[in-house]
Amino acid sequence: MDNVGLIGMTSIVVAGMTIAIGSIGVALGEGWAVARALGALAQQPDAAPTITRTLFVGVAMIESTAIYCFVVSMILIFANPFWKHVVGLSGS
Amino acid sequence: MNITPDTIVYWEAAPVKLNATLVFTWLVMTLLVLGSWLVTRRLTTGTTLPRGQNLLEVVVTGIREQIREVTQQDPDRYLPFVGTLFLFIAVSNVLAVVPGFQPPTGSLSTTAALALCVFVAVPVYGVAERGLVGYLKNYIRPSVFMLPFNVIGELSRTLALAIRLFGNVMSGTMIAAMLLAVAPFVFPVLMHALGLLTGLIQAYIFAVLALVYIAAATRGEQEQEQVEVQGPEGEASNG
Repeated sequence: MDNVGLIGMTSIVVAGMTIAIGSIGVALGEGWAVARALGALAQQPDAAPTITRTLFVGVAMIESTAIYCFVVSMILIFANPFWKHVVGLSGS
Repeated sequence: MNITPDTIVYWEAAPVKLNATLVFTWLVMTLLVLGSWLVTRRLTTGTTLPRGQNLLEVVVTGIREQIREVTQQDPDRYLPFVGTLFLFIAVSNVLAVVPGFQPPTGSLSTTAALALCVFVAVPVYGVAERGLVGYLKNYIRPSVFMLPFNVIGELSRTLALAIRLFGNVMSGTMIAAMLLAVAPFVFPVLMHALGLLTGLIQAYIFAVLALVYIAAATRGEQEQEQVEVQGPEGEASNG
């Protein structure tokens, strides 16, 4: 297989693996966080505003790990520097 | 498909490029400034309020309350900076449902600029509050060996702030565009509705994180101990 095909294939496979593997940990972590927050809410309904606010901020910070993976896979698919380099070489 | 509105160029003259990010950033800024100017032109303290004044009062009071709850300090010092960040991000995220509007927060340049503002504001607030030496002591707490980690943490949280906002907004527009190609009738609407929610939450999170970073820099070790010793009375008098 030539370089272009190899780079294209690797990029697509790795982009899929990035988002797949990257989201597993985030999903588990968010599930844990929400479960614990619900438990805390059931025990202390008075502290609901604080718990909800902290939960939102915490979940969004956990979520950003998955977002990093998403950004990396988007770069691999739509703005791949290696792909551009190889295409530029073959074009010139 | 565009990964960022930076690539949409409307007008170009040698060194100057007018891309979608700039255009829509200025649009949001004009909207905010013009709207608040129109409303604050005629404020009343009477019993009947104009609608615009009511809206702005709700927004400002809400932001002040949130700042007070998070920092346990007087909100007026933080209100201009944090409130501006929140309003700008929230308006540009919410306007993303308008067809043809490219949210400027979906470009890494905008979010990096906002994160850099926070990066600069943290030492400015810290030095103004506690003096240069007092602020720099933050870096060698709890011991000198933590200095490199504190510095790295300062840099990495700025990067995380920028990429978090960019990734969320970009993924929202991206997924909507993909669904438009796959299932063009109902699902994009649902994703846009979800995008409204995540857009507001991201604006809130950006503002709260900026606030937490600034508050951590302004609050000294002694002050924290005092609050703990004094208990609720001390906090009540602070607020």
